[in-house]
Amino acid sequence: MRGFLRSDGRKGIRNVILVAYLVECAHHVAREISQPLREHDVHLVGFPGCYPNAYALRVMQRLCTHPNVGAVLLVSLGCEGFDRSGLRQAVEASGRPVATLVIQEAGGTRKTIAAGRAWVNQIRAQLAGAVPVPMGMDELVVGTICGGSDGTSGLTANPAIGRAFDLLVAEGAACLFEETGELIGCEQHMAARAATPELGAEIIQSVAKAARYYKSLGHGSFAAGNAHGGLTTLEEKSMGAYAKSGASRIAGLLKPGDLPPRGGLYLLDMISDGEVRFGFPNINDNVEIADLIACGCHLILFSTGRGSVVGSAVSPVIKVCANPDTYRRMDEDMDVDAGRILEGRGTLDEVGQQVFSRVRGAASGERTASERLGHQEFTLIYKSFEALGPGCLPVLANA
Amino acid sequence: MTTSDAWSARVDRKTLDGPEDMDRRVILLSSQDNVCVACTDLPAGDVVRIDGTAVLLSQAIPLGHKLARRPIKAGEKLYKYGAPIGTATRGIAPGAHVHLHNLQSDYIPSFGTEGIDSGAGGRGA
Repeated sequence: MRGFLRSDGRKGIRNVILVAYLVECAHHVAREISQPLREHDVHLVGFPGCYPNAYALRVMQRLCTHPNVGAVLLVSLGCEGFDRSGLRQAVEASGRPVATLVIQEAGGTRKTIAAGRAWVNQIRAQLAGAVPVPMGMDELVVGTICGGSDGTSGLTANPAIGRAFDLLVAEGAACLFEETGELIGCEQHMAARAATPELGAEIIQSVAKAARYYKSLGHGSFAAGNAHGGLTTLEEKSMGAYAKSGASRIAGLLKPGDLPPRGGLYLLDMISDGEVRFGFPNINDNVEIADLIACGCHLILFSTGRGSVVGSAVSPVIKVCANPDTYRRMDEDMDVDAGRILEGRGTLDEVGQQVFSRVRGAASGERTASERLGHQEFTLIYKSFEALGPGCLPVLANA
Repeated sequence: MTTSDAWSARVDRKTLDGPEDMDRRVILLSSQDNVCVACTDLPAGDVVRIDGTAVLLSQAIPLGHKLARRPIKAGEKLYKYGAPIGTATRGIAPGAHVHLHNLQSDYIPSFGTEGIDSGAGGRGA
């Protein structure tokens, strides 16, 4: 494994130039700047809203100073509420090349696109000379998510990812799982695995918050495709999803933008605190992926049964396909065939090892299936969070 | 051994060398379960061995779907992974399909079958 060393000591497994729009009104211009170079690690992220939001600013700061990112171009319309100078200062402080283009000052669409492309090309030449350095497993942060789940997800891909997580944690990596709204019914199991009783109590509270949140919204995280694939209830889906966490002790509870302080297994709580505001906290899988990446994840392990095709901006996504029929239909989109377990062509341990090898490969520069296909999905929405409770990171309290 | 470790071990063993009294085309995830899971599409009319007994399937069970391991009464909890996944809303015969028509959540009943059937039930994460 190798990475690009950043000023904060973290290492990135990619050297992405990020083009970030700061309101939907700047999205087209930012897309036109990044589009011609999307095959060359120029990625597009952004925030659509015009009203300021502390969570969105924090996530954008984390993404723009993410170890996988080497340089940042901010694209502003000019009158939006986003704190563009605060974001720029955060990137500058990290030592990365950064520029801000304000469409209203630069003379409109065409001139801003031309200026943006010129800047990106100049920076590409500059980054082309970057030399990666060796990187250890204890410097790696890996997240996991499931999307397009069916009855096979909890039998093959999810427990295989759990095995890979156990191997990664044993070698010192930080591993993040989520989503509390999809772990309703597993809270007592999780609390029993927590490093301290205080952390266990925080985990139970975070799941109770999720249950309350979804109840008031009137829907659990459950789609028609889940039922066609054999799942019936949220708690059934939860037990299958929970298997992704493996068997390690749970070292802490994080919220979006919190970096894991050291290796170990962490639960990410991505549901807004306080009263239900802003609607669904995870309108799609990419909102969850963006939250994981905002916590420093270099790589995402994505379990799918029905067959999701998404990737992500900033961090590569490794697709672990749970269902052997789906794999045969969509093999080009998949990195690992976990459904072979159901057909007697492999064991959970073997597939877990294969997922682990894919992590090492991707962290050594190998492109994942979604990267090869050009996937760079990204969604950032409104949320609001309070600071972590004192019991959430016992490793820090004990340090 | 943590709970999740315990299930993983079970999944592995049953998948690889399902015990003689269980058909290899189904997985029993935990000995406490009253449902098992089809690991291939099982057509109606097939005979499946469950706990050493031949059971005739009156309807098809698609891959990943559940079938009853034993007779289940209305109001009884359904167990999978050794954990409750909901409550039976009617009596279920051994080998019968266990799905939205006879099982409901004990947690968030508001997202029940109405939403799912209309395709408006939420997300597939």
